[in-house]
Amino acid sequence: METLTFDYPASRPVSGRAHVGVVGSSDLEVLLEPSPDDRAHVRVRTSAEGFGEVWEAVLDRFFARNDLAATVEINDSGATPGTVALRLAQAVEESRW
Amino acid sequence: MVTALARTGTRFTELSARERASALLDLGTFRELIGPFERLESPHLQPQDVVPACDDGVVVARGDLDGQEAVVLAVEGLFQGGGIGEVSGAKMAGALELTLRDAERGRIVRPVLLLETGGIRLQEANLGLLSVAEIHAAMVALRSHVPVVGVVAGMVGCFGGMAIAAGLCSYVVMTREGRLGLNGPQVIEQEAGVAELDSEDRPLVWETIGGQQRAATGMADALVEDDVTAIAGAVRSAFDAGPPAEHRSAQVERYEARLAQIDTLDQLDGPALRALWRDDGGGR
Repeated sequence: METLTFDYPASRPVSGRAHVGVVGSSDLEVLLEPSPDDRAHVRVRTSAEGFGEVWEAVLDRFFARNDLAATVEINDSGATPGTVALRLAQAVEESRW
Repeated sequence: MVTALARTGTRFTELSARERASALLDLGTFRELIGPFERLESPHLQPQDVVPACDDGVVVARGDLDGQEAVVLAVEGLFQGGGIGEVSGAKMAGALELTLRDAERGRIVRPVLLLETGGIRLQEANLGLLSVAEIHAAMVALRSHVPVVGVVAGMVGCFGGMAIAAGLCSYVVMTREGRLGLNGPQVIEQEAGVAELDSEDRPLVWETIGGQQRAATGMADALVEDDVTAIAGAVRSAFDAGPPAEHRSAQVERYEARLAQIDTLDQLDGPALRALWRDDGGGR
């Protein structure tokens, strides 16, 4: 497994927190909660090693579209980039409830 | 939120452990203890190169069943095959022990175990064994106060030390998709050879350890559709029935006699065992 961290500037604090997904084959869990500062902090733990650039691309795109001061923790069991993007969007949606 | 889930026409096996617990409890009563944001994860997985889960694969939920207090312990079969480790096992054992303490003080909380598990998590070996032993001990003590109800819905099934936990339950609810056995088919094939059991032979596997066979031979008490409403109803009926006259696992002589009926020189199959062990209620 591999641990990756990412950091993005952000100005809009998230209102709530959310937990979506399961650490099961080709899936991942996302824990999203308010950030302590005006940045987004992401920690990824993934079973698939050597995909740092793919994670960076997926997360760069997500935070370019979503200005969210959130702390995001991802526990991944080999999800595809598409699944990762959907789970992130689901977490944001649920955090607004 | 999981509480917004449709409750009818939903396949139980398509739900996550958290959704299953919520779907079983009276609408809107689900609340999770030691939830994901407590981050009570296994300390043993990451050093062994395994990605942990923030709940260690067990959901502890409080809520109501028919307006009566309940606790649901749901194993997430998709995380590490539902294997029980130090933390996930302690969550279950601790919840059962607190439920026992409540019961001893006259406060009855209905315990339900949703068992989708291959048994002990191999990465945590002895610590998993220890916590499963604690689960067993708490179940045996608790079931003299209140029925302990197990559900084996699928798709993982229930094996190993947690199959013993299913055996200790006052009542077991299964679906046709559910499987219950001490050793899983793949383990049997690996240890005893494909001639003993071909784990790819799905009809044979289900005929041996599937829900229908388990119900027909009295090892499970209710066989229901893979449907949220059906399973929720069967769990409530089990509590309505009250404690069994004698728990299955206490009927040692009855099962010894049953085992003595079997001629191990002949290859026994599902239908033959069904004829031999036809569920006679066993005074339960």
